[in-house]
Amino acid sequence: MINVQPNLAMDNGPNNPKDSETVIQCDLKELHYGAFKAVRDTRIPIRKGEVTAFIGPSGCGKSTVLRCLNRMNDLIRGFRFDGNVHFRGRDIYHPGVDPVAVRRYIGMVFQQPNPFAMSIYKNITYGLRINGYRGDYDEIVEKALRGAALWDEVKDKLRQSGLSLSGGQQQRLCIARAIAVEPEVLLMDEPCSALDPIATRKVEDLMSELKEKYTIAIVTHNMQQAQRVADRTAFMYVDTTQGGRTGYLVEMGETGQIFEDPTEQHTRDYISGQFS
Amino acid sequence: MDLDTSSEISRPPSTFQRVSDRGFRILSLGFAWLTILVVLYIIWEIGSKSTPAMKTYGAGFLTGTTWDPNTGEFGILPEIWGTLYSSILALTIGTVFGVAVAIFLTEGYLGTVVYNTLRLCHLQQHRLFSKAPTACETLLKNLVELLAAIPSVVYGLWGIFVVIPMIRPTCNWLHESFSWIPFLGTPLSGPGMLPAALVLAVMILPTIAAISRDALVSVPPKLREASYGLGATRWETLLAVILPTAAGGIFGAVVLAFGRALGETMALAMLVGNANRISVSLFAPGNTLASLLANNFAEAGGDENKVAVLMFAGLVLMAITLVVNMIGALILQRATRGLKGLN
Repeated sequence: MINVQPNLAMDNGPNNPKDSETVIQCDLKELHYGAFKAVRDTRIPIRKGEVTAFIGPSGCGKSTVLRCLNRMNDLIRGFRFDGNVHFRGRDIYHPGVDPVAVRRYIGMVFQQPNPFAMSIYKNITYGLRINGYRGDYDEIVEKALRGAALWDEVKDKLRQSGLSLSGGQQQRLCIARAIAVEPEVLLMDEPCSALDPIATRKVEDLMSELKEKYTIAIVTHNMQQAQRVADRTAFMYVDTTQGGRTGYLVEMGETGQIFEDPTEQHTRDYISGQFS
Repeated sequence: MDLDTSSEISRPPSTFQRVSDRGFRILSLGFAWLTILVVLYIIWEIGSKSTPAMKTYGAGFLTGTTWDPNTGEFGILPEIWGTLYSSILALTIGTVFGVAVAIFLTEGYLGTVVYNTLRLCHLQQHRLFSKAPTACETLLKNLVELLAAIPSVVYGLWGIFVVIPMIRPTCNWLHESFSWIPFLGTPLSGPGMLPAALVLAVMILPTIAAISRDALVSVPPKLREASYGLGATRWETLLAVILPTAAGGIFGAVVLAFGRALGETMALAMLVGNANRISVSLFAPGNTLASLLANNFAEAGGDENKVAVLMFAGLVLMAITLVVNMIGALILQRATRGLKGLN
């Protein structure tokens, strides 16, 4: 079922020189919430400097898989992960690894804009403060806001509440907050689903700029968006044959190949809108 | 008014429907007004009954420190002091424990402990136990709220026969060792400020815990996610994001509990010592406005002047609690409005 580009040696260890471009290698065998098996057999490499998109119908587990990459699911009681996720050659699910530390290297932007009920400035410096960073906050705030293409709109009101901004601005503030701590990877869980088309466009343009510095993984419901922003696309689907609703990876490849010449019938049906 | 009523299905409301609708509206409006009128009537009645005392004693009533029915000298400063002192003490203790309970209930600490215990026994997915973590949280929440259902006089009994004997040796040891600290300046001979405040703290705990819990629950989960997603620990998230966001609601809870503590009567009348004096010592007996009223109304019957004096004291107490409650309600209202931008 799993189909990936042949040049990506997935079965080799992360130290294989061919894999030097792979920042995160997710090898998920099974994922449970309590007794419910949510996802199975999903192996996704996230390559450096690229945008990797996860597409698929609702309930196929694409957000769940994304949240495995920085151990956000650990916050859910009953969550069980069987497999491993290698980040820079280390398994982040190894018992000795602190999930809090993982999240400092792999940042996240959520579906709903979620700025804190504090000033724009403090929203950005929050990550620095918890990391114990002592230095020039002003400079980092400006850099992060410029990086999120928000600086010109908010430079005169940094002391105002982050909640006073519009939805699109709030989401870019959240992106600025995430990149202020300079993570290596940025996970985006449907970052545009609560935004209007203009704000969506701005965030999409931003992604193309951000991938120069950061590796991005994005979950999206919008197939045009995946085609516009993603270098590689993973298509996931729901398996209902074993009684439950278990998501799995159908195939993964270059975005153009997935949308124009998919290998699997499921993918072809889904992208042409013919799915049962 | 003529409408086309040719339809088989829709008909205009019948006379009965119209009359009962109108009747219900008038009835509920009447009851709403009745509530307001009762409050105004009580205030007016107490105000007018206390006018003679206001004329006789004036502002000196609030600053006087003697209460002597024989000489006709009345001042309630020690009672005002005792009311505020016992309430603030109780509030300090009650807030610490109440907010801690609210955090424990909302942040999933208890549920996690239960879940991890079950997991050790490999029972976490057993159908009997799968709901146990949530059930334990609900149980504890209900237990805390049950504290509000215990009658005041029972608290008083518990205070006299359990709390006082229990804390007395420690208090007296503290007094003997550190008597130079003003708060420990006198021994605890029985009733006093500290036992009264301790019991009062337990009594206002459910108010603080329940309203703080609501405030913490209404912090949107997406803010927790945002904080964890930036690599914050649970503790950092709690201190830097959750508590500040819920601060308005928690503060409102504290003010409402303060209002409750100020007016609490029976337990305090039994525990505070009813001594007409002002002292910062935690172990000294004192008095509160509410217990002053409770202890003196029986002898006042017939004596117009004494009734007026008690009414005046009641008016002062009512003014204090009314103001405190209004401030609390306002703060809560503003806090919920402030959170709207987050949802």
